[in-house]
Amino acid sequence: MGSSAVGQQPSPTPATSQDISALLQKITDLEDRVVTLEGQVRQLKAQGAQPPAGAAPAPAATPEPGVAAQTTPANEPRLGGAGAAAAKALNPDISMIGDFIASAGHNPINPTPSFQMHESELGVQAIIDPYARGDFFLSFGETGVNLEEGYITFTALPKGFVAKAGKMRAAFGKVNTLHNHVLPWVDRPLVTQNLVGGEDGIDDAGVSVEHILPAPKNWFLDFTGQTFRGDSSDVFTATNKNDLSVVGHLRLYKDLTDNSNIDLGGSYSRGHTLFGTNFIQQQTGENFIANLYGIDAMYRWKPLTRSIYRSFVARSEFIWRQQNQPANLGSTCPSLPGGCPLNIAPGFQRAFGFYTSADYQFARRWFFGGRVDSSDRAFNAHLNDKGGSLVLTYWPSEFSQIRGQYRLTRYAENFDAHELFIQVQFALGAHGAHPF
Amino acid sequence: MILRLNLLRIAAVLLCAIFLVAGPAAEAKKLRVITTLTDLASLTQEVGGDKVDVEALAKGYQDPHFVEPKPSFLLKLRNADLLVSVGLDLEIGWLPPLITQSGNSKIQPGGTGYLDASQFAEILEIPQGKLTRAEGDVHPLGNPHYWLDPDNGRRIAKGIATKLGEMDQEDSAYFQQRYQDFAKRLADADRKWQAEMAPYRGRMVVTYHRSWPNFAKHFGLDVQGYIEPRPGIPPTPSHTIELVNLMKRESIKIQLIEPYFDLKTPNSIASMTSGKVVVMLPSVGGKPEVTDYFKLFDYDIGILTHAFQEIK
Repeated sequence: MGSSAVGQQPSPTPATSQDISALLQKITDLEDRVVTLEGQVRQLKAQGAQPPAGAAPAPAATPEPGVAAQTTPANEPRLGGAGAAAAKALNPDISMIGDFIASAGHNPINPTPSFQMHESELGVQAIIDPYARGDFFLSFGETGVNLEEGYITFTALPKGFVAKAGKMRAAFGKVNTLHNHVLPWVDRPLVTQNLVGGEDGIDDAGVSVEHILPAPKNWFLDFTGQTFRGDSSDVFTATNKNDLSVVGHLRLYKDLTDNSNIDLGGSYSRGHTLFGTNFIQQQTGENFIANLYGIDAMYRWKPLTRSIYRSFVARSEFIWRQQNQPANLGSTCPSLPGGCPLNIAPGFQRAFGFYTSADYQFARRWFFGGRVDSSDRAFNAHLNDKGGSLVLTYWPSEFSQIRGQYRLTRYAENFDAHELFIQVQFALGAHGAHPF
Repeated sequence: MILRLNLLRIAAVLLCAIFLVAGPAAEAKKLRVITTLTDLASLTQEVGGDKVDVEALAKGYQDPHFVEPKPSFLLKLRNADLLVSVGLDLEIGWLPPLITQSGNSKIQPGGTGYLDASQFAEILEIPQGKLTRAEGDVHPLGNPHYWLDPDNGRRIAKGIATKLGEMDQEDSAYFQQRYQDFAKRLADADRKWQAEMAPYRGRMVVTYHRSWPNFAKHFGLDVQGYIEPRPGIPPTPSHTIELVNLMKRESIKIQLIEPYFDLKTPNSIASMTSGKVVVMLPSVGGKPEVTDYFKLFDYDIGILTHAFQEIK
C-alpha cells in the first residue's frame, strides 16, 4: 500500500541543463551579493560608520582589521557629530620619524655633537572634510619643539586652484621644501646653510596658492605664489605687520621617456632683513630688503621594469641673494636684539651659491652619491665656502635607513674641516607620502 | 584697410575661440576615467565602450607599490571625471599626494568621482589581531592583488558599470549591456582557462611576493611558500635555504615571479630544486601583446601550463 502511494507520487523531473545553468547563476549572484556586502562592511569600517552618501570622506588612515564600528550609546558625548567609535576610526594618520646622527672630525666653525638625536618628527595628517585636508609636522629636538609645518590644504577650490594656509616650508627651490628625512644627504648643502636659512629655511606662517598653467602637450607647468608673515631664520625678519615676505615658484616638468624625466624650476623671494626695523630705517632712511633668486634642475632615471633596483638622480640649484646692509655697522649692530652676524660687511651684498649632486641606486637597498658645494655668505659676499661630500645609504626596509657621509668643507677662513657622519633614520606609523 | 585687417584678426580670434569651446563640447559626452592600474583601465574600457576615455597611471610592467607620483600624472587627474583605484593601501605611497595636488574636487576621497574598486571584490589574507611591521609591509585591510581572479574582475566591472551609469544616467543601459556582454565572454573564457588548468589543480607552488592568492584560489593552486621572507623584504640566505628544503621535501618545482623582481635568487633556487621559474604577468600591459584583461589570463595560463608540462 505504502509502496503504491509512493508510486503514485509524481516522479521528480530530471533537471535540465537550463535548470542547472539557472541554479549556477543564482549561486553566482548570491556569491556576488555576499562579496558586495563584505566590501560594504569594509568600507564602513574604514569610514568609521559614517553614512555612505554625501558623508565626509574617510581619512587616509585605515583602521586595524577587527576594529568594528560600535553603536554609540545615546548618553555618550558626541565629537563633531561622530560617535565614539567613529571618532576612533577617524583618528588621523600619526607617524614619528627619528633622526639620529653621530659625527667625527673637527669643525670649529659649524660644530656638531658626537651623538645627537637630531630630530624626532611627529606627523599628524588627515582629511578634514570634503573640501580640505590638514597636515601637521612637529619637530622635536633634544631640548625643544618646533612646529615645522602645520597647514590646511583646500582641495576642492574651483578652476583647479589648490590653496594652503598655515605654517609651511616655502616653495623656494627644491631643498627648502624637503623635510630632513627625505634629503639624500645627512646635512643640507652649503648654499642652503649660507643663503636660505639653513635647516629651518624659509619656513613661515602664511598662505599659498598653486595652479597648473596651460602648457604645450605633455609639459607640466605649475605656478605657486605664497605670502608669509616675513620671519624666516636669518633670511627675513618682520618688525611690523607690513613686513610681509613673498615667494613665487614656477615649475616645468616633462617625461622624457617612461624611464626618465626632467624637472626645472625658477624661484623668487623677497622680504625684510634683520636691518629692516623701524628704528634703523628711520635712522638711515633706507629700506633693507633681501631678494633671493633661484634656479633648480633635476634629472631622474628609473627603469620601470627594475624600478626597485636601479635609479639615478642628478640635481642642482643655483641661488642668488642680494641685500642692502647699513653702511655704518658700528652704530647699527648694537641696536639689533641679537647683534650683527659674524664677519658682516657693510653696504650692498650680492651673494651666490650652488650645489650639484648625483645619486645612483646600485642594488635594491643600496645608494651611492656625491655632492659639490660652493656658496658665498649672505652677510659678506666676499667670503666663500666650498665643499664636497660622498654618501652611502643602506635601506634595511622602507621604514628605516642607515647613511654614512664623508664631508670636506673649505671655509673662507682658510680652514679645512674633514668630517664623517653616520645617520640612522626610522619611521613609526603611517607617514603620508610627500609630493614628488 | 586697417579696419579690414582688424576685422580679419577678430574673425580669426573668434574662430579659434569657437574651436576651443566646441572641441571640448563635442567630446563632453565622454566620461574621462583615470585608473591607477592598467587592469582597472581594461575593465573600465570593457564596460564603458566608446562612452569613456580611459587611461591608467601606472604601467603594467612596473611594481604597483612603488610608482613615482610624477607631475605628468596631475595633468591626467586634474580633468578626470572618475578615478578608479585598487585601494587596500596598495597605492598609499603615491596616490594621496597626487589627489591632493590635482585641484580636482571630484576625485577627492569621498567625492562623486572617486571609486575604490576593492569594495566589489573578494579580499583574501585579511590580517587578524594586532599587526606590526615586524611582519613586513603587510596590508592591514587585506591582500590588494585581488584583480587576478576573473570572478573579481567581473564584480569590479559590474561595480564600474554601475558607477558609470550613475554618472551618465542617459547611457546607464548601455553600460549595463556592455557589462552583460563582458560577463558572458569572461565566463566563456574562464571555462577554457579552467579546462587548461584542470590537470594541475592542487599543484603546489611558491611565489616571490604575495601577489597571487586570488589567482591561486581561482585556479586551484596551492601556494606553499614565498621567496620574500616577509612581504616587501628582499630574500635572505637563511630563508632561501629553508625554502629550498621545503621545496625539496614537498617536490615543489614551480616558482611564480613578477616581471619586476630580480631573477637571481629564483634562478638559484630553481637550480637547487630542479624546478622552473615562471615569470607571470600581474597586470595588463606587462608585455606588449597583453593588451586587455582576457589576454592577461591567456598569457599567464599559457605560460603556467607550459611550465607544468615541462616539469612532468
